[in-house]
Amino acid sequence: MSEVKKETKRITFKIKRFNPAVDIEPYWDIFELDCHEGTTVLIAIQEIIAKHDGSIAMRYNCRGGICGSCAVLVNNKYMLACETLVLQLNKKEIKVEPLPFYPVIKDLVVDMSQFYEKVLAIEPYLKRDHSKDPETEILQSPTDFQIIEEATKCILCGACHSSCVSVWTDKNYLGPGALLKAFRFANDTRDEEQRARIKRVTAEDGVFRCHTAFNCVEACPKELNPTEAIQALKRQSAKQVLKFW
Amino acid sequence: MIHKHSVLVVGSGLAGMRAAIAAKENGVDVAVISICMPVRSHSVAAQGGINAPLGNHPESKDDSVERHAFDTVKGSDYLADQPAVEKMIGLAKETIYELEHWGCPFSRFEDGKIGQRPFGGAGYPRTCFAADRTGHSVLHVAWERSTKLGVPVYEDRLVVRLAVKDRKVHGIIVLNFLTGELEMWQCDAVIFAVGGAGQIYGATSNALNCTGFGIAVAYWAGISMKDMEFIQFHPTTLYGNNVLISEAARGEGGYLRNNKGERFMEKYAPGQMELAPRDIVSRSIYQEVLEGRGFGPKENGYVHLDLTHLPESQILERVPQIRELALRFTGQDMIKDPIPVQPGFHYLMGGIHVDANCASPEVKGFYACGECTSVSVHGANRLGGNSLLECAVFGKVAGIEAAKYAKEAKTSPDAKHVIFDEYIKQQEEIDFWYSGEGKNDPFEIMEEMRKTMKLKVFVYREEQPLREALEKIRELKRKFNDGVYLKSKVKQYNRELEWVLALKGMLDESEAVCLGALERKECRGSHWRLDYPKRDDEAFLRHTLVSYIEGEAKLSYSDVQITKWEPKERKY
Repeated sequence: MSEVKKETKRITFKIKRFNPAVDIEPYWDIFELDCHEGTTVLIAIQEIIAKHDGSIAMRYNCRGGICGSCAVLVNNKYMLACETLVLQLNKKEIKVEPLPFYPVIKDLVVDMSQFYEKVLAIEPYLKRDHSKDPETEILQSPTDFQIIEEATKCILCGACHSSCVSVWTDKNYLGPGALLKAFRFANDTRDEEQRARIKRVTAEDGVFRCHTAFNCVEACPKELNPTEAIQALKRQSAKQVLKFW
Repeated sequence: MIHKHSVLVVGSGLAGMRAAIAAKENGVDVAVISICMPVRSHSVAAQGGINAPLGNHPESKDDSVERHAFDTVKGSDYLADQPAVEKMIGLAKETIYELEHWGCPFSRFEDGKIGQRPFGGAGYPRTCFAADRTGHSVLHVAWERSTKLGVPVYEDRLVVRLAVKDRKVHGIIVLNFLTGELEMWQCDAVIFAVGGAGQIYGATSNALNCTGFGIAVAYWAGISMKDMEFIQFHPTTLYGNNVLISEAARGEGGYLRNNKGERFMEKYAPGQMELAPRDIVSRSIYQEVLEGRGFGPKENGYVHLDLTHLPESQILERVPQIRELALRFTGQDMIKDPIPVQPGFHYLMGGIHVDANCASPEVKGFYACGECTSVSVHGANRLGGNSLLECAVFGKVAGIEAAKYAKEAKTSPDAKHVIFDEYIKQQEEIDFWYSGEGKNDPFEIMEEMRKTMKLKVFVYREEQPLREALEKIRELKRKFNDGVYLKSKVKQYNRELEWVLALKGMLDESEAVCLGALERKECRGSHWRLDYPKRDDEAFLRHTLVSYIEGEAKLSYSDVQITKWEPKERKY
């Protein structure tokens, strides 16, 4: 491997600012920064906070794309700021905005409580008679684990919920993130209430609100496929209803 | 207004959430206060796994609590307290099964049992895993469980002060980011689960929130720091940004190679090779770089982690996340190319001084668990896979013990006054920073602190650089105390204010690291003194304590509990 190059480029950052406590409407702030190959959008904003403007509000933590804190819009695309390399975007100007749809708390920080409420509404924990649990693990074959594995990779960054047109038009809709979670539990072989779960997601606020616009698939920084999970839930519900008949 | 809960848990990582669950199940009114929403906490980034002697792996049928405990003690270079280690390992199996019963999606063996893989310093493959996102799986489950039980979590809040009087906790002072205001919280017992302190070095696998600030908050309230000089430098953090590349990469069979293509671990640990404990592997990498067999500049060199001989399917199934991380940040695909790695701050073995019940012997009603503590189960070097275990086990212990204490505690009549006094003191300090009277730039001080720690208190240590580091840190403390300023006067969600608070803590943590390292004139585990190349049990088989007395750091020592295994030379 060759030595990591230290090429630097001057990049313009346009950051959308809004502090509802004092501002009447959002505005853009512009900063110029020298970026090199390893500079991520998060590192750039950190540097802006340290050197130029300490008042920029943003949530961040892990720096490695796993904690889900820093989902934002970068040049109109859903991204995790921590794993987006600035120079790889190949743009002289980088525009950073908060996730759309959620109420802005300040600048890039949004109130995601409505997303979390939906996740909690599907009861995201194993439902079974725990008094009958074995003393060791509940067995699960690797094949059964594989069915849910993809869905367990969700980092709850909230990008999918923010991107979903059905969520925009109906605030009650559970949304792609919560339904992906629902898929994960409804298909976990250790769960004893799979039928009830599938019934739950076919309620008025559930899977049939999805119009397969695939926005969530495009938005997901972990390259997961909530739409497919929703479609699977639809199929499972149809089967369940037929069997019941 | 004063908020009130019987037990307050500070921090929402695995240790904190596990503590809150245990307290709730034991019937007390508990709430979590955290800087972030629970699944954002740094436990989420743990990759490789969580240890327990389940015996699921074909090669680990003979594994036992005793063997796991011995490996942990040996790994600690005999500095761990043996009864605490036995307690942790004794509870390991049930703790893992509990997480599994709650729904944790572990990877599985063909027979349906939880998957286990080999990890460094372990005699048997006993690291349970969920691919290479074990922390993520475990933390999400702990959060989900807490929501089932209805544990309230107050997010976007940083705990800045403990209200202690007559060696008893009365409450805490909290900075609410959303409003920028301080809040008063009263409680019978508090559990600190505030995480590690990698940000004092900057070059770290730790998250940005890992400033160890809570360790300093406890320290200022009279709770000592223990064994702070013991810092684990993870051998394989990614060159460039020091993001973690899990030990699982070596557990799955990865090789470390120098610039000659040699598997250099042959020279340093011929028995366990790449799976020697982390302190040994980190030093070996550092040595290769110093002797010119690494890549890049000597002061910031790296070696290669090579998985190219492994089947593509194994990499994709077992370590998909780290492959993606490396690909994204360095452009190297580890299926085809070796990736550049170097040692970086990964884990703080030292921390808040608590006993094996997670209770502070110095302040009543104060409990702590997880990385922020030194119980001590890791001693001078932690084994991979033991930290998630520590968080889960001692989180539970802390929750149970704090609940027990809180049920019997009586609120003292002047509790509100004690809390209010602290509130006023903190408000004055923040007002001063906002006033602009301070003339020093906090971010410059932070930069200098990090540079000092990275250059002078790293893998290899020596009298002169340590002395210089201690002096430098004290000079930076004076500069900080002379006055720093905030560029931004905005109150709501002021990230700058958070960094200034954290910096105040990090300076005292750094001082404790330097002080402990300077006075510990021996080599033990992660603490390697070039000028004292031997372990010295006679003088230093002791825990270092740094206490805050009349505004100054005072050093003392306490005994290590050795009940079963006599210290021996550590060979791998």
